[in-house]
Amino acid sequence: MMTSKFFFEWFLPGIWITIQVLVYSAVLAGVVSFVIGTLRTSRFWIVRFLAGTYFEIFRGMSALIMMFWMAFVVPLMLGWQFVPMFSGVLALGLTYGAYGSEIVRGALAAVPPAQREAGIALSFTRMQRLRRIELPQAWPEMVPPFNNLLIELMKGTALVSVITVADMTFAGNLVRLSKNESMPIYTLLLVLYFVLAFILTRGMRMLERKAKAGVGRAPEGRTILTRKLSPKGELDQARAGTAGAGGAG
Amino acid sequence: MTFDWGVVDDFMPRFWDGVLITLQALALGTLIAFALGLVWAMAQRSELKWIRWPVTVVTEFIRNTPLLVQLFFLFYVVPEWGPSMSPLTTGIVGLGLHYSTYTAEVYRAGIDGVPTGQWEASTALSLSKGHTWKAVILPQAIRRVVPALGNYVIAMLKDSPMIAMIGALDMLGEARGFSNETFTTEALTFVGVAFIVIAYPASLLMRALERRLVLK
Repeated sequence: MMTSKFFFEWFLPGIWITIQVLVYSAVLAGVVSFVIGTLRTSRFWIVRFLAGTYFEIFRGMSALIMMFWMAFVVPLMLGWQFVPMFSGVLALGLTYGAYGSEIVRGALAAVPPAQREAGIALSFTRMQRLRRIELPQAWPEMVPPFNNLLIELMKGTALVSVITVADMTFAGNLVRLSKNESMPIYTLLLVLYFVLAFILTRGMRMLERKAKAGVGRAPEGRTILTRKLSPKGELDQARAGTAGAGGAG
Repeated sequence: MTFDWGVVDDFMPRFWDGVLITLQALALGTLIAFALGLVWAMAQRSELKWIRWPVTVVTEFIRNTPLLVQLFFLFYVVPEWGPSMSPLTTGIVGLGLHYSTYTAEVYRAGIDGVPTGQWEASTALSLSKGHTWKAVILPQAIRRVVPALGNYVIAMLKDSPMIAMIGALDMLGEARGFSNETFTTEALTFVGVAFIVIAYPASLLMRALERRLVLK
């Protein structure tokens, strides 16, 4: 399938690059999710409007086009060169962060209003309320949809190969070009991505169990390898318009 | 750097060609996704283990791996032992197949949402299996999930530029070609904005549809 030299010089580093891109963009998307999601529950209409605009623009945008744009247009506009991986991470993080902001907003909105009112009655500041009352209760609700989003993000990392980031898909394409046989390498790639998805799902399931135990609830029963969407989740997702990026629980 | 509308003017003919290809891929991909998804969903409810299990494994595998790599697989691997397809056809099959695993979940959610009493009533009326599905279960199930299905059409629209990576000349394919030939970037920006312009009203439409169909 490939020489050992190729394997050690391109393929293994490719896997490592994929994981790096995944981690960096997941962190960026997480930060964007919480910041934009919280701002969308702000008291001030202008803040809500601006955060909502961000959400609408990035939700309507194709991640792949965003990536090309970050790689080829933005550097020209600003007049400096990005490392390709930086463009990729930026595009993925900003796009999936927009989807994530809807998860955060939805979970915050689902916290019973009495909790917020109790916080006001105890004269908590807005930040204290958010940090001590609302987010801890909203968090367990966020984990399952964040799992779906993380898998979608993981699948999205394959896109960085088209802006010449040498991830594992890029290495796979090199094998195809040099060896003229594509069956084994693309099969291997698909299996590797699936394994990655499986590991992520397991990890998030553990996180969910911990988060739900924290508020005294048991996680819903799920099957072994699947991240099946619940009926309620599908319909919530329809409401939020975040289908395909795992806005469901 | 300034945005030169003259470049956009030059790009316009190719842009419309690209829009046509994108919409074509979207429409046919949607057809495949909706039809195949229903097949997956019903197969997953089959009483026969040897139907249920393979279908679950295959759909999970397709759903949890990147569409881009699947497209490469369909375009470069499948012709080695099967039919050779044009980039656009490959793209349509890839999009349809990938999203069918999502719509399967949507259908499943809708079918699970039909009260058990409906199944029991069908049994009591001794309706045949096919008749129960066709006349009782699916009409109730699908109505509830139309907005969710619609959202996957929008999601598919946003993933459709990937077919440019195997050489289909959709909106992104045309923009890339044009940008490379003329050393400009306006076409890429223009296509990006065009996507938002198409996707935003579409999502508003879905919200309206949801209010009409579900929250009754």
